[in-house]
Amino acid sequence: MRRGTTIYLYELFWILPSIAIPVGMLVALVVFAFGAGVHLPGDHGRVEPTAVLTTPPFDQPGTVQVGPGQYEVRMVSGIWVFAPNEIRVPAGSTVTFVATSRDVLHGLFIPRTNVNVMLIPGQIARVTTRFDHPGEHPFFCHEYCGIAHHTMWGKVIVEPRL
Amino acid sequence: MTTGTRAIDLKPEDRLTAAYLVVALVALFGGVVLGLFQALEHAGVDLYPRLLPVIKSYYHGLSLHGVLNVLVFTTFFIAGFLQFITARALNTPLWSRSLAWATFWVMTGGLVLAAIPLLGNAATVLFTFYPPMKAHWAFYVGLTLVVVATWLVTLNLVFTYRAWRARNPEVRTPLPAWMALVTFVMWTIASLGLAAEMLFMLIPWSLGLIAGTDALLARVLFWYTGHPIVYFWLLPAYVSWYTLVPRQAGGKLFSDPLARVSFVLFLVLSTPVGFHHQFTDPGIGEGWKLLHAFLTFAVFFPSLLTFFSIIASLENGARAHGGKGWIAWFGKLPWGDPSLAAQVLAMVLFAFGGIGGLINASFTMNLVVHNTAWIVGHFHLTVGTAVTLTFMGITYWLVPLLRGRQLWSRRLALAQAWSWFVGMAIFSNAQHRLGLMGMPRRTMIGAAPYVQPEWQSALALVGIGGTILFVSAMLYFANMVLTVVASREAAAVEVPFAQALSGPEHAPAILDRWRPWLVLAVVLIAIAYGPTMITMIRLVTTTPLTTPGFRVW
Repeated sequence: MRRGTTIYLYELFWILPSIAIPVGMLVALVVFAFGAGVHLPGDHGRVEPTAVLTTPPFDQPGTVQVGPGQYEVRMVSGIWVFAPNEIRVPAGSTVTFVATSRDVLHGLFIPRTNVNVMLIPGQIARVTTRFDHPGEHPFFCHEYCGIAHHTMWGKVIVEPRL
Repeated sequence: MTTGTRAIDLKPEDRLTAAYLVVALVALFGGVVLGLFQALEHAGVDLYPRLLPVIKSYYHGLSLHGVLNVLVFTTFFIAGFLQFITARALNTPLWSRSLAWATFWVMTGGLVLAAIPLLGNAATVLFTFYPPMKAHWAFYVGLTLVVVATWLVTLNLVFTYRAWRARNPEVRTPLPAWMALVTFVMWTIASLGLAAEMLFMLIPWSLGLIAGTDALLARVLFWYTGHPIVYFWLLPAYVSWYTLVPRQAGGKLFSDPLARVSFVLFLVLSTPVGFHHQFTDPGIGEGWKLLHAFLTFAVFFPSLLTFFSIIASLENGARAHGGKGWIAWFGKLPWGDPSLAAQVLAMVLFAFGGIGGLINASFTMNLVVHNTAWIVGHFHLTVGTAVTLTFMGITYWLVPLLRGRQLWSRRLALAQAWSWFVGMAIFSNAQHRLGLMGMPRRTMIGAAPYVQPEWQSALALVGIGGTILFVSAMLYFANMVLTVVASREAAAVEVPFAQALSGPEHAPAILDRWRPWLVLAVVLIAIAYGPTMITMIRLVTTTPLTTPGFRVW
């Protein structure tokens, strides 16, 4: 850090790209996230954790059509099951998962989609994704939730359009 | 480091460090043995039934693996190593040797208290403290005592520094001691979140004094500490890389001032970044998450400075050995020295760990990898190699120094370092790929009904890599034990403190001041956490906390 020395030049030569690289990456990720409209879960309200099963919409877990090509999955997680654990939607549907936990932490993760969200007792999770092609998407609980955690899973079955 | 002073007897400090190392290495041993069983389980060889009735389940073993390796091994090693480094670099005894020993016993007592329920399957909650999953109160109290003991280390280091400063008012603090102090001060600020979670939620709740907790607030407090704790593990490795490795490589530290700049930035930026572990949590606004992503990228800057300084220092050493060319000099490093080889190999894998870390921190990109095996692959490169293999490398000179005997086998040590490197490359690569293929972490995969056919080949590699790592660890422990009990050749090892090409006198004076940086650190934390924390605390104090505890294992 003594001006005019060779070491100072080397330092400067490294410091400048060390600032430019992270800044460039940040710009890229912000542009990508907002440009592609991909969102992280945010603040979607609370639910009393001891009264999940009597609080709408969690008193009636299941898949509901809310518009043309639009579905809402109301999901309750608990040791060691998802309710519902089988979800059927036609190809091309936009599906919003509204989910919470009735006991310990769980997670909802559908690989190869942007559904990756923690299910936290007391919090309502809300994520939206699209299923364009027919096929099966397994989903897993990805947060340790006890001795049978590895048996907690389900499937989204995307059916061909009629 | 300070010249012209008389020799001071630091044997008592050496004994203290030896005591910490014994506990650290016993913990590491237990942790890596259980690691083997996890890796084999993933590869389809479930040996857990053979461990009954001691280890009750995969998750019991996983809890022990995590707690012993990342909480116990690291904390004890760091406390022992950095107190040693401080005393040697300042050439002064610790401020209070009795406090230092009392601290050791508080930490060890806490460990024993936590270990009882952990071993007894009453704390099978992994190394995360996420209510409403409820462990035995002794687990929480014991680990809290370990954290309190680290604060006592900070206290002792601060007063040691002040005593030295009173005698040396004009001199720049020697770099190793200054870095050790920065590490513990950073950690003390960072550990307040975990302490608050323990003291106000988990301990009274597990004792039945309060009815419930709030799961999200607990996670926020946990991750307030949970990210900077990785810098608490990493910075002591950096202390070695900056202040010792250049000398071991036969050269000098490239720039002392640049080293100070990077550590000051770690002090300021390590803590206000925890939401990048909670990108997928509901209940935290997206804007705050983006701010934490920005600040995480800011911490990337001192990491890049470190990368440059260390490589330039290594190059300086290699060229002194006749190294030539742009890249070819790398081969001229003194690769026959196992301490150096272990640490340089740790750095090589850490480069990939750092790149992976940026991906984790990249806001929406985190959706691809969060809570998948990718993360497991990531932190086995960082804490599992950059930190662990470096600490192993340090013990290759430190244990001979403390024991006064030569390392039992240099060749065995070299084989250990290389096998760790190879085993981890295989293990970590497989875990990263499994994560991208959608395999969740913290899961008994061999028993999962949903294993996908495409995972199989990588799962086998997890088993192979894990087995190599286990063999490497056993080579390490054999060498350590034999050095202590069987090595006959006397050794007069010196601490390999490096000189700098551009010395501390070139550093701006403000880098040796504390107040401005501490104020900046607190302000950033207040901005990054304040509003979210206030809203949450207001909420949980106005609504009754009713979530009961669950024992789900």
